[in-house]
Amino acid sequence: MNKHFVSAFVTGLIFGIGLLVSGMANPDKVLSFLDIAGAWDPSLAFVMGGAIAVGAIAFTFIKGRTHSLWGEPLRLPGKKDLDKRLIMGSLGFGIGWGLAGFCPGPALVAFGTGAPKAIVFVAAMIAGMAIYEVIEKSRTKAVN
Amino acid sequence: MTIDLSSFTPWASLSGGVLIGIAAAMFILLNGRIAGISGILGGLLTPQKGDILWRALFIAGMVLAPAAWLLTAPLPDMQIDASYPLLIIAGLIVGISTRYGSGCTSGHGVCGISRLSPRSIVATLAFMFSGFVTVYIIRHLVGM
Repeated sequence: MNKHFVSAFVTGLIFGIGLLVSGMANPDKVLSFLDIAGAWDPSLAFVMGGAIAVGAIAFTFIKGRTHSLWGEPLRLPGKKDLDKRLIMGSLGFGIGWGLAGFCPGPALVAFGTGAPKAIVFVAAMIAGMAIYEVIEKSRTKAVN
Repeated sequence: MTIDLSSFTPWASLSGGVLIGIAAAMFILLNGRIAGISGILGGLLTPQKGDILWRALFIAGMVLAPAAWLLTAPLPDMQIDASYPLLIIAGLIVGISTRYGSGCTSGHGVCGISRLSPRSIVATLAFMFSGFVTVYIIRHLVGM
């Protein structure tokens, strides 16, 4: 099997284990972080801090290159403008995140535990992504 | 603001964060891609030739993380307080808006901030803000 596929699987696995170790796969803990007016649990700031510290080294190293160490073309987002989609989408995401304590990565890990509530959340999330695709399709059709 | 020291887990969260950072670093250095969960999952809904397997394997790695974890230790606590209707609403919102805003906690929050992308910094501030506000409204104004 192609090594890129192996690395994709291993990356997903390490990411998932990291989420479990960090406590982010537990919605109760995520909501305690988002509840700054209550008994605040600042742990998740440490998750972000640790992840960004390591990530920054890699992204600094790769900066200015066109290909990965394995010769794959680098696929970095090219958009630069702070448009309405970015801001409204992100504000909307925060609302959904605050309602249940799940963001996409931890939801997939929780799905993997077989917890019925996590399975329902992931199904709804994928349905939401599908709704987005349908809206986008009709939007581009309307433009053309 | 009071800090809940009994549930504060700085070291576990920092270590988990470092693992997440390692995963993000591996993916950009080897595969040349951003480890953004909503984008990787959402891309599976509009499948393009040659663009399916790596996505599916990455997601499989995340979903299998709890199974890998169980080989060595019992799973950490996971408490999902949200009701089923709320989980469905939250899941739909997270699905639609992460695609609309081009990313979530991983793509914008970890990878985007690691590479100092202005779009991702704005997106992260936006979803953190609305996450804090949502939890504040639910827990302290509505009292759910």
